[in-house]
Amino acid sequence: MKGTADILALSAFFTASFLLLGSALTLIGSLGLLRLRSFYERVHAPTLGTTLGVGCIGMSSIIYFSTLAGQIVFHEVLIVLFVTITTPITLMVLVRAALFRDQTEGPDGSGGSIGNAPYSRE
Amino acid sequence: MNALLAYSIIFAQLSLAIAMTCAAYRILRGPRAQDRVLGLDTLYVNAMLLLLVFGIKSGSTLYFEMALVVALLGFVGTVALAKFLLRGEVIE
Repeated sequence: MKGTADILALSAFFTASFLLLGSALTLIGSLGLLRLRSFYERVHAPTLGTTLGVGCIGMSSIIYFSTLAGQIVFHEVLIVLFVTITTPITLMVLVRAALFRDQTEGPDGSGGSIGNAPYSRE
Repeated sequence: MNALLAYSIIFAQLSLAIAMTCAAYRILRGPRAQDRVLGLDTLYVNAMLLLLVFGIKSGSTLYFEMALVVALLGFVGTVALAKFLLRGEVIE
């Protein structure tokens, strides 16, 4: 049947495009994590992977498994929603910890305004 | 499965593996502890995406469950590490 083959080809095309887009965005985010200079710049980069990367690969998985099962399957929305909601919480706590550590130890981790706190030296 | 999908799955696996290598390098070489925690966060998200791609490659929904567990445990682990950096102890 020609219609079914067309639908399968279309679904494979969209699965492949979302997969390429999501993995390329995640790679760009991780390269940013590698290349940027200070910590506060590096915090921004991986969020490219945790929002658009997860969204695109989840979308590709939804399209693929919906075509495979013959009905709409959207388990992956759980992962996308969970990661999109929890990433800002994680990074907010992490940046607050980094600010606290920069205030107590100085930006390079040597001494600082409070002085030599032996418990927090690396 | 046609050739386009197969090649894009291979590309996605390669680029996610390179992304995990970047995150692992940041964990190993990060100048301070918060850089290492950020690298761990990126590493588990990339591993979860790689599991989703494995699921598409094998056509099995089992990998979805694994990806969900990785996401949950990774979130808890990163928040616990950030809390440890902030306070010096996890549960006060």
